[in-house]
Amino acid sequence: MLDSSGGISDPILTVDKVAKSFGGVQAVREVSLQVERGSIFSIIGPNGAGKTSLVNMISGFYKADQGSIKFDGTELIGRKPNGIAELGIARTFQNIALFRGLTVLDNLMLGRHVRMKSSVLSCFMYWGAAQKEEIHHRKRAEEIIDFLRISDLRRANTGELAYGLQKRVELGRALALDPTLLLLDEPMAGMNQEEKEDMVRYVLDVNAEFGTTIVLIEHDMGVVMDISDHIVVLDQGEKISDGTPEQVKADPAVIRAYLGASHLQE
Amino acid sequence: MSGNMAFAIELFGQGVANGLMYSLVALGFVLIYKATDAINFAQGEFVMIAGIVISALASAAYEFPLWLALFAGLIFMIVFNIALERVVLRPLIGRPIVAIIMATIGLAFILRGIGPMVFGAAPRGITLPIEDYPVIIGPFFFTPIQLLGAGTSILFLLIFGWFFLKTRKGVAMRAVADSHQVSGAMGINVERYFALAWVMAGIVAMLGGVLWGSASGVDTQLALVGLKVFPVVILGGLDSIIGVVIGGIIIGVAEALAAGFIDPYVGGGTKDFTPYVLMIIMLMIRPYGLLGRKLIERI
Repeated sequence: MLDSSGGISDPILTVDKVAKSFGGVQAVREVSLQVERGSIFSIIGPNGAGKTSLVNMISGFYKADQGSIKFDGTELIGRKPNGIAELGIARTFQNIALFRGLTVLDNLMLGRHVRMKSSVLSCFMYWGAAQKEEIHHRKRAEEIIDFLRISDLRRANTGELAYGLQKRVELGRALALDPTLLLLDEPMAGMNQEEKEDMVRYVLDVNAEFGTTIVLIEHDMGVVMDISDHIVVLDQGEKISDGTPEQVKADPAVIRAYLGASHLQE
Repeated sequence: MSGNMAFAIELFGQGVANGLMYSLVALGFVLIYKATDAINFAQGEFVMIAGIVISALASAAYEFPLWLALFAGLIFMIVFNIALERVVLRPLIGRPIVAIIMATIGLAFILRGIGPMVFGAAPRGITLPIEDYPVIIGPFFFTPIQLLGAGTSILFLLIFGWFFLKTRKGVAMRAVADSHQVSGAMGINVERYFALAWVMAGIVAMLGGVLWGSASGVDTQLALVGLKVFPVVILGGLDSIIGVVIGGIIIGVAEALAAGFIDPYVGGGTKDFTPYVLMIIMLMIRPYGLLGRKLIERI
């Protein structure tokens, strides 16, 4: 097993011996990892490896049974999802999770919600500070719309969009939080080749243009090997490998997990 | 115009006015369901308790001026509903829906006991400063309280409709209604919106208590108006504000027509069950209501 966690100079996220079980099933067993600021970090592994459980613990949906998750020095375990979002961690979901019945712009403006301050009363009285704030946030939402090239869709109801576009809008909504850390849970699942290429380009652009650190769960090995700075491999809740794409690719433990032990012996 | 036709038109007007007052009560139910997925069987009791508090404060026992009694009733309902959400409903979030239904049914009966216990069981009235003469508008004939009730209902339905469609908080509330999990990930404080939904339901219940209490007197029977909520929301759709308006009007008109045309022949009673006949028919042909959201499951 390779371990390069000692080599990280500026970790934005530090997961330390985190475990989670559901009833008798150990979904995640004492996993530790460090994500370098500004990097693209991928978590891979077979189905049921505990990837989504881990991301759910980082974003606060599950409470870890033990261990610690630190984001820029702040402990995340025990915080509610909205509190974690406020710290600057945004995520997308495996299944499309856009708000139905709302337009693309509304979905993005909801992403801005966390950065807005006005109260319920002031939004009943739509003027003054609330209006100024609205304009400011609308501008940021429009920048993201331009960035993702969905300007012709801003008034479209999200339910009417093609699958790939819905995924792109979901990315946009997460970006609207101005996250420093973006968790992407299988953003390319179910996409055709062209949609995948688009998404890969957007992920790279987000990383390069906004400096956003990206934690990616993805099944497409080609994509993962191409774009990741660092990869962690989980299998049955345990971390079995941790390193650069080249290191992980050559790790016998990874080959065993993916292809079965018999393949190695041939 | 034949006598029957004129009678039908008059009944229609009565039905619409009463129906809009049903809509207002049903709106409280829908607000809670939309935001929190909780089915609240105690909305009628909320109306009752608001009516009891306001009528008691305005009565000889306390001698509050009417405006102060109304204001106190409003504050009471807001505080009461926040406490209720916090203490009873929030711990039940995520439990099976039956648990929430049973809890609210239990709550309904507790309220029916506590209201009279604290303020006395004698029927009281709420006397609003309006004339007692009927108002005739074209072929329609209304009591002033019906007009006031219908007007108030329309006003508040418009306010809430505007809130959900146009304001940022309203849009966020729709997001919360759609998915608690995703809303949380977007940094929305889901629990705060739950509380807001209950506050809104409390405000609506207070209005319902004043209007229905003023129209038909205040005692524990006032809670029965809550039973009309179910046909209204099943017809209109559990999560639709416009649906509540349409459902309310249909139920109000059906009741009025049943009372006017069928009751005289069968000796009465059809007025009370016609709404439920419509409800059952609706459940068979369109279980999500006229404007409700049809749940599509991915297989």
